[in-house]
This record gives sequence, structure tokens and C-alpha cells, in this order.
Amino acid sequence: MPLTTPFHSRIQALNEAGLWKHWAGYLVPPQYQYSLTAEYYAIRNSVSLLDTSPLFKYRISGPGAETFLRRVLARDIAGCPPGRAQYTCWCDEEGFVLQDGVVLQVREGVYWLTAAEPTLRYFRVVARQIGAEVEIEEVSKSYGILALQGPRAHEVIRQLTDAATCLKYFGATDAEIVGKPVMITRTGYTGDLGYELWVESGDACSVWDALMEAGSAHNITPIGTTALKMARVEAGLLLMGTDFHSSRFAWVDAQRETPAELGWSWMFKGLSQDDRPFIGRSAIELEIDQRASRWTTVGLAVDWHDYERVYTEAGVVPPRHEIYSESTMSVYRRSGVDWDYVGYASSFTSSSLLRTPLAIAKLPLDVAGPGSEVDLEVNVIRRPQNVLAQVKQMPFFNPARKSADMGKERSG
Amino acid sequence: MSSNEKYDAIVVGAGHNGLVHACYLAKAGLNTLLLERRGLVGGAAITEEVIPGFKFTTFSYAMSLVRPEIVHDLDLVRHGMMVLPMVKTFQPGLNGEYLLLGSDADANYHEIARHSSADAEAARDLDHIIARLVRALKPWVDRIPPNSLSEDPADIAEMGELRGWFEELDEDLRAMLEAFRTKSAAEILDEYFENDLVKSLYVSSGIIGSRCSVRDRESGLVWLFHKLGEYDGEPGRWGFHKGGNGGFTQVLARAFEGSGGKVRLNARVSELLYENGRAHGVKLEDGTLLESDLVVSALDPRQTFLGLVDPRDLPDDLVGRIQDFKFQGTAAKVNFALKDVPSFPGLEGREDIFMGFTNLGPSIDYYMDAWADCEAGRISRRPFLDCCIQSTLDPDMAPPGKHIMSCFVMYAPYHLAEGDWDSERDRLGDTVQETIEEFFPGFGELILHREIVTPLDIENLIGLSEGNIFAGELFEDQLFLNRPAPGWNQYRTPIEGYYQCGSGTHPGGCVTGGPGWLAARQVLNDRGERPSSQSEKV
Repeated sequence: MPLTTPFHSRIQALNEAGLWKHWAGYLVPPQYQYSLTAEYYAIRNSVSLLDTSPLFKYRISGPGAETFLRRVLARDIAGCPPGRAQYTCWCDEEGFVLQDGVVLQVREGVYWLTAAEPTLRYFRVVARQIGAEVEIEEVSKSYGILALQGPRAHEVIRQLTDAATCLKYFGATDAEIVGKPVMITRTGYTGDLGYELWVESGDACSVWDALMEAGSAHNITPIGTTALKMARVEAGLLLMGTDFHSSRFAWVDAQRETPAELGWSWMFKGLSQDDRPFIGRSAIELEIDQRASRWTTVGLAVDWHDYERVYTEAGVVPPRHEIYSESTMSVYRRSGVDWDYVGYASSFTSSSLLRTPLAIAKLPLDVAGPGSEVDLEVNVIRRPQNVLAQVKQMPFFNPARKSADMGKERSG
Repeated sequence: MSSNEKYDAIVVGAGHNGLVHACYLAKAGLNTLLLERRGLVGGAAITEEVIPGFKFTTFSYAMSLVRPEIVHDLDLVRHGMMVLPMVKTFQPGLNGEYLLLGSDADANYHEIARHSSADAEAARDLDHIIARLVRALKPWVDRIPPNSLSEDPADIAEMGELRGWFEELDEDLRAMLEAFRTKSAAEILDEYFENDLVKSLYVSSGIIGSRCSVRDRESGLVWLFHKLGEYDGEPGRWGFHKGGNGGFTQVLARAFEGSGGKVRLNARVSELLYENGRAHGVKLEDGTLLESDLVVSALDPRQTFLGLVDPRDLPDDLVGRIQDFKFQGTAAKVNFALKDVPSFPGLEGREDIFMGFTNLGPSIDYYMDAWADCEAGRISRRPFLDCCIQSTLDPDMAPPGKHIMSCFVMYAPYHLAEGDWDSERDRLGDTVQETIEEFFPGFGELILHREIVTPLDIENLIGLSEGNIFAGELFEDQLFLNRPAPGWNQYRTPIEGYYQCGSGTHPGGCVTGGPGWLAARQVLNDRGERPSSQSEKV
């Protein structure tokens, strides 16, 4: 039997559609309602509540914790002082990405990390190799995590604690909600205003109930993973297993990607000024210096008129409602040569809010600049057709409220 | 010659490799006769209805390594081939703990993580590197191996190719291959796992059918060998043939007869007929002479070189190698007809836990204790058992609601220090039964019938020397370039027109069909015929 999360009793009661899927061995609803759109708009219009407990969770502490994280993580952990969280990744010696995740340091010297795949043994091996005095504990089952995301997220959480209000984007703090200890971060996977809460498993349902009650006047809506994924494409956030795969279980380098190839070169700003001996450094440095990336990961905004045209000419209505796909779509150069393959899209959604079909794509550097035009292959009545698409800076959607100071203003 | 029976080819021994080989020859248009000493074909891969309604896989009981080429070349699906995937692997402990793995990677992770998170993660790493290594090795499994002694430029070039292949392996693969060659299964597992039950699940593959302990270096390669197979392209996975492994050899027999081949049962060959270094037929035990310029032995190396021919007619170095070839069978079978599936405390009523291998051997010490008895020339007092209840998946195997249980037993040394296999037979059965009872209380009450197959039975009934289930140990000095002897690993023999195609040739034991197939390629190459795998479908 699949495992269930600490929120399962609440989730099961609310799962009106009766759909379930497996996420890392846990039972989760891809959606609660028949309407995916309703769940999606909760993220952009009011406030959504999502259970992300299947993530692997680690607690890293001890005198050598920082030394260890400086070594194992590719992004500089110095950017994650007490009270902060940080989006990060870790790589192998060849500079290929093993995983991405979010690390937080709430109180000095104790780090918490989420990851999509297990990494306990790998971290312990590295810690042993460098002789770091660090304790790495798996706490995956000890905590549930809830994501409270959407414009009303602050309105909801402030009813339960003052601690969240002063959190800046990627801030992290301890707090209490209905007397239960929680860790709150100003983070999320939606690109909207939002918080994520770590709660001890035994307290999970109390906190869920409190949030649902506090949110009842704000149209709080529990959402499944599909609405989340639609939002994360708009936010330009990559999904492991879809937009990239861990180097650890790859067969050949063609399946591996470097941080630069995933569009994460920004994680290495200032690399020339520091001497952090992190795993993969020399390969990453060389790649960035020599612009040797095989491709990079970019946003594609599909030309609305062209998208309409190919379907209209075929006599059908263009599919734009509740479209989210993780199947590979080919991308071609607009070179005058037919079907001049250049790359592929790994995620596709038709953004209801932005009224535009969007994709996350891998393209060689010469066509990856913003404004660059390519063809994206879509299927029109089971025949391949090309539609015009333009490379766009991600995120596609980036509201000011995402990173606004909630201490100064009420919700965005 | 008094007989006028003449064939294009005679294959001696209708085990699965003899059958595969005969199929290829018949398909290439040769008038082929397949001789079997028993009253049924299949050799070690047979299914017998020992009591009404209960089908026992008397000897061989599971499949993984059948070479995919053979299935297509011989159109075996049309002849009824159907391999049912094992859906579970069950590793019970003796203190109420257990591991129950299935086909979902995440569920398996969490199942192992109940015992150790680090081990659950390590299992993924280990499975991945083994899968990569198996893929790298596959081309060498599926070809006639190079001849390491030949001075022929083509052979020298092939040896160069082999060295080049090894050098091109990436560092991780080369290290892993070296580990399998030089380390014991337990030693390799110690580097990956901390939990004994997890190690136990993997380690048994290192001793299956082999006279070695989990801490002997030989167990590394034996383990790797058992991972060379696949199910639907999934490396290392195993299945059951519909109707037992005998179902598979029946499929081969239909394919053979469908290509015009003839099978003669109860026809034991006493000697190869040859003159001036050329084979020209065989003589049966009853004196019948059968003529053919092509005779292929599917028997093991001892019988192929020392039994059917006079060793004095063969080169001394070859004879020496074959005399030293290690058989030393150490495995037995005990098969049961059961009223119901056994019951595991805490998992009562769960039939599904038996839909695959059930590995009775819960700790490294348990395996080492079993080995200590073997070394002393005794049946292990607490043997490692690989149990399968195929009837949980395949209703053809037992009457409705009833079951058959195949138990592969280690160790049961062919050479006993005291007594003989006639006097030890019941002790073997009782020991196995008591061991199962420890894991599954109440087991004894379920038994309707018990069949005991000793290593001596394996030798006497189906002719595998000393009861070695692989027709010779799967140790490095008896594999690949050395199977069955350096220079004689390409299916030929010193006698022209006399070939070998049994499990004692490359790639080796288990139901692979590889020896039969590759030997056919060699035979047909030598005759200047087009290899059947490239020929058009008839």
C-alpha cells in the first residue's frame, strides 16, 4: 500500500474527484475538484493550500554543518544566513545536477533541506570523505509540509501568527500556530505570494484545520499537484523528472544537465571572487567561462495568432482549457529548412491567466536569447504542425506581491 | 555401418540448449535428429505431474536469461512461449521482520527504508550500476567468445577488441566489474548496505548452484551472472514460464518439430563414432548406429569429452582441463504439493507475497553457517532456500485453491563426508521442511506430497555430472574464454564435425539458450550456411 501523508484524513475527506496518484510512494490527489481551473485560480485569485509532505526532508546540524554544505551544495550557503531559505542544487564532480531543493536555516547552525529524491546516503558519504563533523538526519516522516499560496496567503496566516508578516521573500522563521511549533518560510512553487510551513506530523491536522478555518473567508482552496504544476510553468520553475533528471541514475551524458544548461548560471554570480571548494566547481567554472553549455533552458511563449491559425485551418477549436503536458515536444529552427530540429520543450501549459500557451524548452545558445524565434511542434488532429514561439525571460508571470514586504502593505 | 539411418545432423541431449540448437539446425534446412535418453524432452527444464493435478518443476524453476534473439529467431511466441513476470520478492526474517518488494520503485524504496533509509537509497545506486554493467556486457554474452589461445589474426584481433572494450568502460563500470571478479558478494554488499536483511536479499544470487560461500570471491561473479537476464527489457528481473520451465522446453520441441526435426526418446547415446579425426555418427546404448557428419553434444563437458569419445584421442591439455573442470554440485530440490499457501506471521492470508522468489536466508551469518556444514561435507542443518509457489500466478500448476512449492536448497554437497544420498534423502526433506516451518509456522500441516531431488538424482536422472545445475561451476576460470577450456570455447572440438552446445559452453548455465544458439551460429558458419538469425522467415 502506498504511504499516506500526515494530512491524509483531511485530504481524503475533501477529495471530491476521487482521483489519487503516487508521489514518491505517497498517495496524493492530482486534483480535489472536477474543475482544475478552479484550483488553478485559487493560486492566482485567492489562496490555495497544498500538501507537499512527500518531499524528502533532512536536518543538518553540528559544528561542521556549514563546511559540509559549502562543499556539497553548488550554490553558496553563505547566502542562507539564519532566518533565510535558499533555492539550491547539488552536482556531481562532472558538474551535472544531482538534485535541486530548498535549504533553510531558521536558527543558527541547524539547516533543513527538502529534496525530491533521497540523498541521505550520498550526503553521508560526502561528509565522511571530507571529515566534516556534521549530523545528517532524515526527518521525512517526522514533518508534514503545507504550501499556502496566493494573494490572500498573508491575510490567512496573519490570523494565526505574527511571525510570517515580517518575512521577506525567502525568509524563514520559527512560529507557533494554534500552539503547535512550525517553521514558516516565504517560499513556494507557484511564483506567487506564499508561505510554506513545516509542521510536526502529530500536529499536522491541527495546523491544516486552523489554516482552512482562517482561510474560509478568503476562498481558501485545497489544490492538487496538477494546478500547482500549471502555476509553476508560469513561474518558470523546473520540475525534476520532467524538465531534467538526476545525473545519479542517468545512463549517458545526454540525459544529464549542468546548472548552466538548466538556466541557473545566476546561482554562480560571484564565483570568481570566492574559492568555495564545492563538488563540481571546476567543471562548472570551465563551462561558464568557455560558454561550453550544450544548451540552456528557456521559456517559450507561443504566438497566439499562429496557435489559433493551425487549429482553425484544420477546422477545430484550439485547445486552451486545462492544458498541461509533460511530454516532449520538438522545437525547430526557423531557418527556411523544413523540420530543422534544434531542441525540445519539456513542459507545456496553456496559461489561462496569461492567455498564452507556454513551454519550458532546451535550446542551443545561438537561439536561446530573449526574442529569438523558433517553431514548436504541436499536434493538430494527430498531425504535426509548427507554431511560432518566442524565447522569453522566465518567469512568465511575476507579480510584485510575490516578493513584496508584507510588513508595510496589506496583500498585493 | 549396418544402419541406413542417416541425418544431416544429430544433436545429443534434449535439454533446452540441445532443443534450441536443434531448432536452429532444422530451421536452416538440415535433416536433424535430436536424441534424448529419457522418456521426455527438457533435460533439467521439465514439468512433471507427480501427483494428479500438481505440476512440479522438478529441477529448474524460473527464467530470466533466455536470449531475446532466440525468441524472435525461432518464433517461440507462436509456439506458445509465455513468461509470467514475478511480481513480488519476499525476504522473511526469523524475528517477524521482512522485506516485501514489488514492481514500483518508490514503494520498494519505502519498504527498504523501513529497515534503513540509507540502504533504500543505496539499493537504487547498486541496481543502477549493475544494470549499466549488464548492458555493457551484453554484446559479449550474445556472441561466440574470442579464442584466447589461437594465433589466427582474426582471433588475435578479437582479443584486441575485448581489451579495447574493457579499456573504454567508464571508471565506475570498470571498478564494478573488477569488484565482481575479485570480491565476494558479501564484501560488495558491505560497501552498499548496513542492514543484514537487505544484504541477505541480494547475497543469495552469489551462491545459487555454486560451491562457494557468500564470503568467497567466486560469489561475486555468480551474482553478476544471475543479473545478466531481463524481463521485458528490465534488467535482472525474473519470471515463470507458463506451465513451469517444462512448458518452455515443450515450446522448443514444438518449434523443432514444426521445422521438420525429429525427436527420438529413450535413446541414450553410448559413444560418438569417428574415424581419422572426423565424426560420422553415434552409437546408441541398444547398439543402434545412426549416421551423420555433424554431431553436436548438448551434454556437459565431462560427458562430451570424456564420456562419448575416448580421451586418448584428444589433446592432453584439453583432457587435463576437462578432468579438472569443477562440477561439485551443492544444490538439491525439495518440491511440495500444498493444501494452501504458507502463512507468515503478520501477513496471514497474503498469497501475493509468494508471486516471485521467497528468499529463506535472513542474515549473512545464516548463509555462513549453512556453508560451514557444506564444507564439512554435510547437508546444511539450516539451509538457504529459494522458494517459489508458481501456482499463485499460474493456475495450470495445481488444482484450484491448491499449490505447488518449489524449494531450491543450498547446500547439499554431492560428496558427503558420511553416509550416502540414499540414506540422507529423507534427512534432506525433513531439514527443508523444518526450516520452512521456522519461517512459516504450521507449514507441515499443509503438505500433501513431498518430492526430494538430491544432487545424485540430478546426475542420475538427467546426466548433469555431480549434479551441478550449470553443467559446471560458473567460476571465472570456467567462464567465457575458459568455458569449457581455453581454445575450446568456440563450440568446436578437436574432432571435425563434432561440436558442443550445452551449458558447459559460453555463456553458461541457467535457462539462457545462449550455448545452443551460438553453437548453431558456429556450426552453420563452418558449413558455409547463412546463420539462421539473418535468414528470411520461412
